[in-house]
Amino acid sequence: MKEMLIILVAAILSENFVLSKFMGICPFLGVSKKLSTAFGMSCAVTFVMVLATAATYPIYAYLLEPNELGYLQTIVFILVIATLVQFVEIVLRKFIPPLYNALGIYLPLITTNCAVLGVTILNFTKEFTYTQSLVNSLGAGLGFMLAMVLFAGVRSRIEASDVPKALKGLPITLIAAALVSLSFLGFSNIANNLFK
Amino acid sequence: MSLFKEFSKGIIRENPVLRLVLGTCPTLAVTTSAKNALGMGLAATVVLIGSNVVISLLRKVIPDKVRIPAFITIIAAFVTIVQMFVKAFLPSINDALGIFLPLIVVNCIILGRAEMFASKNPVLPSALDGAGMGVGFTCTLLLMGSIRELIGAGTIFGFAVTAGHIEPMMIMTMAPGGFFVFGVLVALANKLADKMGKKPVEHTGCGNCHACDGCSACESKEENA
Repeated sequence: MKEMLIILVAAILSENFVLSKFMGICPFLGVSKKLSTAFGMSCAVTFVMVLATAATYPIYAYLLEPNELGYLQTIVFILVIATLVQFVEIVLRKFIPPLYNALGIYLPLITTNCAVLGVTILNFTKEFTYTQSLVNSLGAGLGFMLAMVLFAGVRSRIEASDVPKALKGLPITLIAAALVSLSFLGFSNIANNLFK
Repeated sequence: MSLFKEFSKGIIRENPVLRLVLGTCPTLAVTTSAKNALGMGLAATVVLIGSNVVISLLRKVIPDKVRIPAFITIIAAFVTIVQMFVKAFLPSINDALGIFLPLIVVNCIILGRAEMFASKNPVLPSALDGAGMGVGFTCTLLLMGSIRELIGAGTIFGFAVTAGHIEPMMIMTMAPGGFFVFGVLVALANKLADKMGKKPVEHTGCGNCHACDGCSACESKEENA
């Protein structure tokens, strides 16, 4: 249990996917303008991350690895994720329309989101078990959500301020992201020390 | 002449990182040193040229409806080849790039060029387009890697430049430094573009990625911009 908590907290804070691992920067910069879209997008990402891990882990551990096909990891994982996203879209539209209305518009974006492919591959680099992988993916998704929601708040302040012309738009957004990321550096090693 | 243009446009005028703002994740993540930046740039260039050529050859065969999955599969095949090559011959680069080597698959630059250029043009221009974009990507990464390594560690390609004279600012090789240097470089590119009478970059992030055509999250974002 303690071990799971450490993985979860580490994935959310000290190893935040966006702010310290640089994965999922595209949606982080692109969809963080409004709080509601930022939140919807991160819900969809978390959902797909956990699902993708649940699906890719057994494929790699029981199909690719025993047959010495480990090098096919990249190609198989991206196809599984792409199919999964399509499948989730169809299932949600058919059976849970309210959830589809809330998350549906973000789903096409997620196939090419490197955070999703990243988390599924990282679970193997870190040699996690199945449960640990699921917890890690959940943490990665929640960390993505935290970064998105915090940054949406920061951006709404930037909108209202007078920025020098050359820095308008993307540059000031990136510099603001640097400051948010700086504050997350303060969380380094928090997980191990918190549950000592 | 026009063939040369296909090559040269990617280097400055349509620089994928600073002008089109594509492939931001690897740009930020692997530019902690000049060597890693060069490795990433070259790996992505090889994939870009290969996938552009193959997609261009198959452009009349791939049905329109399944083109994105088809493109991704072709790109993933090239990424796997590059991955195996790097693992076998350049293990130190493999360790440094880590997860970002397989993540070239979802690099927007490659899918973007496949969708915007290679799927509509003959083989030779597509190959040159891929090469140009790759060189533009590599140069920008190299520039960013050199700046971060110089300020953050006082070295370039591992050779001491200011190390020993000026205390290096470690923060530049860490995550915040990446965002900061990238922000400053985009601001400089905007300033130069402004001087030459061109528009600054408008979209941020995935708005430029053609994988998300018709995605309402992006549309609403552009309306708000």
